Amino acid sequence: MTETPSKDPVIIVVQLSGGNDYMNTVVPHNNSLYRDYRPSVNINETDVIELTSEIGFHPAMAPLAAMYKEGNVAIIHGVGYENSPRSHFRSMDIWHTCEPETLGTEGWLGRAIKQIDPNKENVVTAVSMGPSLYRAMVAPDVPVATVENLDNYGLLTDISPEQKRDRVLDRYKKMYSPMIGSGPVMEFLGQTGLDAMKGADILNVAPSLYSSTVEYADSSIAKKLKGIAQIHLANLGSRIFYCDLGSFDTHADQLSTHNKLWSSASSAIRDFFDDLEEHQAADNVTMFLFSEFGRRVYDNGAGTDHGAGGVCLAIGKNVRGGEYGQYPSMKEGDLDQGDLVPNMDFRSVYTTLAEDWMKLDPVPIVGGHFEKPGFMSSSN
Amino acid sequence: MISTKANTEISLMAHLMRRAGFGASREELETRCKEGYTETVEELLAPLAQTPVDIYEFLRYYPLWWKPGTLGGLGQAPWVWTMINTASPLQEKLCIFYHNIFATGVAKVDHYDEIQDMIDMFREKGLGHYKDILLEVAKNPAMIYWLDNNENHADSINENWGRELLELFTMGVGNYTEGDVQECSRAFTGWTLEHKLPRFHMGRWDWHFKFVEEDHDFGEKEFLGHKGNFDGEEVIDIILANPATATFMARHIYNFFVEDEPQVPAWSVVPPNNPKAVQFLADALMDSNYHMETVLRKLFNSDFFRESQFSRVKNPAEVVVSTLRLVGNSSLPGPDILNWTSQIVYMGQDLLNPPSVEGWHSGIEWINSGTLMKRTNFMSEMVGDYSRPGIAKIIDRVSSTSFKPEEVVDACLDIIGPLEVTAETRVELIDHVSSQGDFDWQSTGVARALELLQLIVATREYQFA
Repeated sequence: MTETPSKDPVIIVVQLSGGNDYMNTVVPHNNSLYRDYRPSVNINETDVIELTSEIGFHPAMAPLAAMYKEGNVAIIHGVGYENSPRSHFRSMDIWHTCEPETLGTEGWLGRAIKQIDPNKENVVTAVSMGPSLYRAMVAPDVPVATVENLDNYGLLTDISPEQKRDRVLDRYKKMYSPMIGSGPVMEFLGQTGLDAMKGADILNVAPSLYSSTVEYADSSIAKKLKGIAQIHLANLGSRIFYCDLGSFDTHADQLSTHNKLWSSASSAIRDFFDDLEEHQAADNVTMFLFSEFGRRVYDNGAGTDHGAGGVCLAIGKNVRGGEYGQYPSMKEGDLDQGDLVPNMDFRSVYTTLAEDWMKLDPVPIVGGHFEKPGFMSSSN
Repeated sequence: MISTKANTEISLMAHLMRRAGFGASREELETRCKEGYTETVEELLAPLAQTPVDIYEFLRYYPLWWKPGTLGGLGQAPWVWTMINTASPLQEKLCIFYHNIFATGVAKVDHYDEIQDMIDMFREKGLGHYKDILLEVAKNPAMIYWLDNNENHADSINENWGRELLELFTMGVGNYTEGDVQECSRAFTGWTLEHKLPRFHMGRWDWHFKFVEEDHDFGEKEFLGHKGNFDGEEVIDIILANPATATFMARHIYNFFVEDEPQVPAWSVVPPNNPKAVQFLADALMDSNYHMETVLRKLFNSDFFRESQFSRVKNPAEVVVSTLRLVGNSSLPGPDILNWTSQIVYMGQDLLNPPSVEGWHSGIEWINSGTLMKRTNFMSEMVGDYSRPGIAKIIDRVSSTSFKPEEVVDACLDIIGPLEVTAETRVELIDHVSSQGDFDWQSTGVARALELLQLIVATREYQFA
């Protein structure tokens, strides 16, 4: 299985849950307004990792700064959408479904999976790492393997001996087969049960095939990325991976929380790419980081409240490193209710990822035509 | 399914006990049927008549769980143990109901004990007036810290609590303006906590609510069209008088006790499945001044409730607790309690640590390939264990009446539920046991029946309550 690794493009989405503070992630260190707005919750000028004369990374992001200097990180500025509701849930829903006006139930990646694997030939085309399935990956009739712990993954594992378990699993399969007229919920359960069975059979091999000299740190994001590396390296045809990290909802005690989060994220991301490099498996992988919104321009003394425009990062060898879009103006008169005004629609960013990276038709995925920032190299 | 009259009565009682509690054994259902349905509703609504669970019994086994802070990571174990052993299951169901609305988590609060205190408050006041619960929550230190009201000052508001009070706890998006959020937040300035001290090295200090007068904004506010020098309690009164609050709470109650609905963020756009029932509950809330006991009495005695059997996907706490109450022998807080608590987490419901302020998405969103696997594996392991008294009793009853494969399947479905399954599922179950002929209860019968029970809890139908 591993002899001829597939080179189909793979995307890994890392969701920064809770609202990552744009201004302390990509610090506008040369803008005097930054320090006016952030008397308490700011990054010391001397600590900022300078990337250009205008911007620099949070000090915990040194591994990402190194990757940036190698040209493998794109910073996409001012991402969001009009009339940001500043509610975590509504905002995350919008990012997941691409439906800012009405309530969507289908996720953008769910629609991408449908294009990649319309006949559901591979139930592990998409893998959601974590106890729960993210709405971004939900679409009718689209299987997603939801994996929490790769090592103990299987159905009815307590039934023994093997012969008896096989007999029960065989019956399970029949009981979960489609039933005409049983309704969408029963159909969903049936399909989920069958997919769970099949996915477990496939994914079970990944940890046993894996060996690496890279030692990941003991953090939840590192564990998730390691699991993703194991599945990717087993070459099972998985194309979309999803995981999250949080909580970035730093209304209070922001400096230490934000530092901890970015420090574990940065080192895990570096280890992940080192691991893939060691196995010559990094060429077809792009990682994408987003958060549901940025935070308010003014600090509140100990933290920052919900804001609007945020920042996205794309990381990988096929990324055209550098900055895309404009840092939204921080001038008092340009703010909307104290927030940075997004100047790049998130669906534009998705369009680049879907079309230029995943080679998919972006229109049905994001729900329309959007101008693409060119952060992916066009040939991969 | 066979559906005799006696069976219908048992089915209805089983439905009530699944919704207002964590299910019940066949013996308990039969006893309750003799008492009657409305009498059982009254008993559930009168928890004070029951002997409460003795939490000190748990603490004798796990002394570290007294004010656990973040120790051990499973601070919800005492609560789970209470759910398994309570004689007042509706109380614990209401704790889950309120915890899902006022979702507060150790991910930020860091101390299980403070959130446990909030659960204890839900247990004590859950059947009372919603206003009292809102006031208690507004003054609850874990909530104050969770939604940063300790950072909400007269001279610089932090609108986290003010917003969620309106968005998630009472009215729902679309019924207030950004201005209302800010005015609401002003009314709660100075509502803070004291003893926000580190646990180490002087031990834990309990948190307490504290009103800091000099940090409260006593100025005039304009909130939802009313003008006045409102404080938090007056703001809550204005919110409760607004019919949007009654409708929003009615949807919470309907979604939790009656039928799976779209999730909270959808409520501003998607109408209820059963608008009449939601209106009935909203009227009941308004008429009773949001008295939960009165509203729940009307709910459990309503036709739409009685007719709603198997229209909710069980949440993970229901899956684990009802399975343990069914199989029995789980009343001692042995080391298993930590595994059982973890199982609820694995199935997607990390109690006292919800994924966000919005709580958990319910219904079909509990199900994905990973969680379905966890549910199936846990339940099948439990019901396959003949040493569990509840399972031995089921097998005993089945074996005393039936030996033909078809009869055994029907008897198992009846006694474990009664569970309604589709004709297709029933055929599969019968097929599974038919190949080995009639049940010989002297030799292989028990093992075959256990395997059958394992298959039954793995069916799609068994995922519903």
